[in-house]
Amino acid sequence: MLEVSGLTSRYGRIEVLHGIDLAVRSGEIVTVVGANGAGKTTLLRCISGTQPVAGGEIRFRGDDITALPAYRRIGRGITQSPEGRQIFTNLSVEENLRLGAFVHGDARVDRDLEDAFQMFPILREKRNLNAGGLSGGQQQMLAIARALMGRPSCLLLDEPSMGLAPILVQQIFDVISTLKSRDVTVLLIEQNAFGALKIADRGYVMETGRITMDGAADELIADPRIREAYLGI
Amino acid sequence: MPELLQFLFSGLTVGAVYALVALGFTIIYNASDVVNFAQGEFVMLGGMITVFAHAAGLPLLLAAGIAIAATAVIGVALNKLAIEPARGAPVVSLIIITIGASIFLRGVASLVFDKQIHRFPAFSGDAPFRIGGATILPQSLWVIAGGVAVFIALWLFFTRTLTGKAVLATSNNRLAAQLVGINTNWVMTLSFALSAAIGALAGVLATPITNTSYDVGIALALKGFAAAMLGGMGNPKGALVGGILLGILEALTAGYLSSQYKDAAAFIVILLVLFIMPQGLFGARQTERV
Repeated sequence: MLEVSGLTSRYGRIEVLHGIDLAVRSGEIVTVVGANGAGKTTLLRCISGTQPVAGGEIRFRGDDITALPAYRRIGRGITQSPEGRQIFTNLSVEENLRLGAFVHGDARVDRDLEDAFQMFPILREKRNLNAGGLSGGQQQMLAIARALMGRPSCLLLDEPSMGLAPILVQQIFDVISTLKSRDVTVLLIEQNAFGALKIADRGYVMETGRITMDGAADELIADPRIREAYLGI
Repeated sequence: MPELLQFLFSGLTVGAVYALVALGFTIIYNASDVVNFAQGEFVMLGGMITVFAHAAGLPLLLAAGIAIAATAVIGVALNKLAIEPARGAPVVSLIIITIGASIFLRGVASLVFDKQIHRFPAFSGDAPFRIGGATILPQSLWVIAGGVAVFIALWLFFTRTLTGKAVLATSNNRLAAQLVGINTNWVMTLSFALSAAIGALAGVLATPITNTSYDVGIALALKGFAAAMLGGMGNPKGALVGGILLGILEALTAGYLSSQYKDAAAFIVILLVLFIMPQGLFGARQTERV
């Protein structure tokens, strides 16, 4: 469904991605784990179109989308819940969600909104409140729900567990694993390698701008190098 | 008593012009956090283009329509040629660019048009209405109606339409706006076109009362900015109330004290209000959790 090949990207003259190859098949949950500064967020931004690509190619459902502007990738089915949540703090919870469906001006938006409220009941309670006043966990739920409002076939999630209490982390991971039954393919970027690999089908390990390992998620969890470097076991 | 009423009428008229300028600030500010100091030049262009198109033999209404459309195009050009290339620069740099654009537009206007004072006829004649011993010009009613109409339209735009929300979303978080599928460049283009058109409309409505020349923009931009700050930057309600309050303050000071003090009195009141309410009368109180 999503194929990244030879992808490079730079900030100014400094290259931060040195030829990334990665593939996500339809219906999978794929995770990219790695330490802070490995280039995971940059990789995700290249795929969503908010970070310029220096070289290589991104294909989605067979089409080359490398040069497509970010706002036109939503209509193709790629939406992102960005690092740091990036919700619209000056708008209400419901307005945030409706903007998530900005490219879909039809009656299904109301149904999707109802779906989002069922998935995250706390958002229904707070639907008319300013989103800037939500707690960190609630903002994360809103960011994911907003990305789902765009009707993704491929959802990009950037560090959804960052800064959350353990019980909320579990809740967020539970929600992600239910997306499979909704035909949403997920590419999940995480520092919390253990939590991410537990719900993923496959995983990639990223270090300083390169993919250093990849494989089935359960194999990666069992791999002694991974256990030592990322799982702290 | 008729005296007070007369001051209120003239304050309301001037205030409605300030409100229209302030409303013009609102859109660009909401889309980009930029205070566009070329807003006053849009008012000047609206008046001047109408004057010259009318003098060339076009009917007044058509001339006004052309002026508004042409000013909107100039607003879009300002965005494309001066603001968009500087994308990513701090807001302060962008504001300074708009000051430069304002000087540039004034210079071009003095060359393309002239340095004379102009006016064109009022829309509904010059015979004043008498109300309670005071008089008000029919054109004043046009200005006030224009201010209220633009306010209602903008208020509906920002609270009821998804496009209006997209403008607000773009200023709040440009990255996230792109991620939900908003073409943020298009939002900026739209904002400059709307702001310029509103500015030009203010020029068209006010010129029969205030007259116009190539250099009226700077004073209007400052007064409109003060009005927007008083009401709360970014809020259409604040722009309307701030504009009208400022106009009435000036008229009362000019009437009861001296017209020499009118600017000073207005700015003193604004300073006092901002000391107590830094966000302005209707400004959004910032609540943000991280």
